[in-house]
Amino acid sequence: MAKNVLDFEKPIIELENKIEEMRKYEGHLDISDEIKTLEEKVLQLKKNIYDNLTRWQRVQLARHPERPYTLDYIYMITENFVELHGDRLFKDDHAIVGGFASLDEYKVMIIGHQKGRDTKSNLFRNFGMPNPEGYRKALRLMKLAEKFGKPVIAMLDTPGAYPGLEAEQRGQAEAIARNLLEMSRLRVPIIITIIGEGASGGALGIGIGDRILMLQNTWYSVISPESCSSILWRSWDYKEQAAESLKLTAEDLLEQKIIDRIIPEPLGGAHKDHQVMANRLKAVLKEELAALIKVKPDKLVQNRLEKFGKMGVFQE
Amino acid sequence: MGWFKRKKENISPDSKKTDIPDGQWSKCEDCGEIIHNKQLEFNTWVCPKCSYHFRIGSEQYISIIFDKSSFKEYDKKMRSGDPLEFTDTKKYTDRVTATIKKSGLNDAVKTGVGKIEGKKAAFACMDFGFIGGSMGSVVGEKIARIIDVAYEEKIAMIIISQSGGARMMEGAFSLMQMGKTSARLARLADAKLPFISVLTDPTTGGVTASFAMLGDVIIAEPKALIGFAGPRVIKQTIGRDLPEGFQRSEFLLENGFLDFIVSRKQLKEKLSLMISYLTN
Repeated sequence: MAKNVLDFEKPIIELENKIEEMRKYEGHLDISDEIKTLEEKVLQLKKNIYDNLTRWQRVQLARHPERPYTLDYIYMITENFVELHGDRLFKDDHAIVGGFASLDEYKVMIIGHQKGRDTKSNLFRNFGMPNPEGYRKALRLMKLAEKFGKPVIAMLDTPGAYPGLEAEQRGQAEAIARNLLEMSRLRVPIIITIIGEGASGGALGIGIGDRILMLQNTWYSVISPESCSSILWRSWDYKEQAAESLKLTAEDLLEQKIIDRIIPEPLGGAHKDHQVMANRLKAVLKEELAALIKVKPDKLVQNRLEKFGKMGVFQE
Repeated sequence: MGWFKRKKENISPDSKKTDIPDGQWSKCEDCGEIIHNKQLEFNTWVCPKCSYHFRIGSEQYISIIFDKSSFKEYDKKMRSGDPLEFTDTKKYTDRVTATIKKSGLNDAVKTGVGKIEGKKAAFACMDFGFIGGSMGSVVGEKIARIIDVAYEEKIAMIIISQSGGARMMEGAFSLMQMGKTSARLARLADAKLPFISVLTDPTTGGVTASFAMLGDVIIAEPKALIGFAGPRVIKQTIGRDLPEGFQRSEFLLENGFLDFIVSRKQLKEKLSLMISYLTN
């Protein structure tokens, strides 16, 4: 457990380890009262820490290597998932996965960015950074869903679209742009959930929808705090400040009226209890689906146009 | 031997050649040719010697493309808000105010309607001079509205892009402008109305990854830098030098992402011709 500990989690882990240690002697000594006191203390400490996270700390939680990823959620909340591969043009991008699945009574198309857990799987998944063929695969699957009247559920979790030479050569910008246009007129419901990192165009490339949800400890913005720091401060050292300035947390985005809803995470983050997180996500998705499938396609597309039309702040 | 001593400084080929009076002459960044501004303007800001395309703003493009005094500007007064109360090394509001003062523009795009060889068209042109031509709420909103004008008046839409990408200082709001403009273009396309996208140097980031790449016809000026990620980022990522001409118009044409490259001198004529093909 202790291998991926963030700085601000350390006091909690220390206390938890202490309790663990004391448990070993519980049979020999009567220390149950002390353990109980310590446990209460841990809980209090957790609440204190997690209720007062800075924006940068939330970014760190959003990137926690033990968080559930798209495929984890798919396996936890759906049945009969059939993964569909390839963009029919160039190749299969492993940084975006997708396929049909049953979410209880709903048959849906689920698409999402996919990160890896270790070096090997991260290389395979390209750290969740899609190439153009990833966006084109996603679009193919969405059009397939539209053809057969299935709602689309998209899970966003990427550090960005891959900034590589071949990606540019094959039209990274065109692939993302095409998706924005096609998703905005797709005639089936689309629910977007940011489950980790929502970095810029790479996230938005599968992020146009009727409802936009964010898990509590995730971020969504036009640029990562690190890149923002390097461009505006001309140094990598201002990422904390950049994160504050960008106002990129779920709470910020709800206030900015860019997202519709925040899904609370278990205390300490989604990685502390995958199943609890998955259950909450599933319940919300079902609730949103139930409402959206009643809306006629024309109205759905019109509402989506207006939804994005309202985003922005300016003076006249 | 003092008789032959030269009293004046030697004349060397590279001395003081750049010392030209302000506002009268310009130097070509490519071949170094010194050109009188009147001649440059007459030549649509293209170097007569090497055809280098000087970077120009919306005002100049309007004068090049539209029939004389046919262009009417829309949403001229729209200015940026500061939704995030953003501060980096300076306040966003200060940055905007200073840029407005310096550039004489209210934001990084001018929109309106005018006539091209008698054909009415809705038009948007970005200005790189305004915070790197970055797209924030104002750019997104003005473009969305002018697409609506094209939609309602059933006329062609033309956008000239020139941008470093989305405007960081408006965070997620900037990002969402990509969605906003693309959704409007989808509606325009469904109504079978044409959209011609013109890419100029540079067109990168969120602008390329939204409306700029969504034209029925996409054209570019010669040698313009066009891409999603900037060359520096790509170089860092892959850890080697980029090939000559990478992400330039000619490279995109070769890879199938442009319909054709147009010299600025022929821009008006080509736009007019395309509009005639793309209307019933």
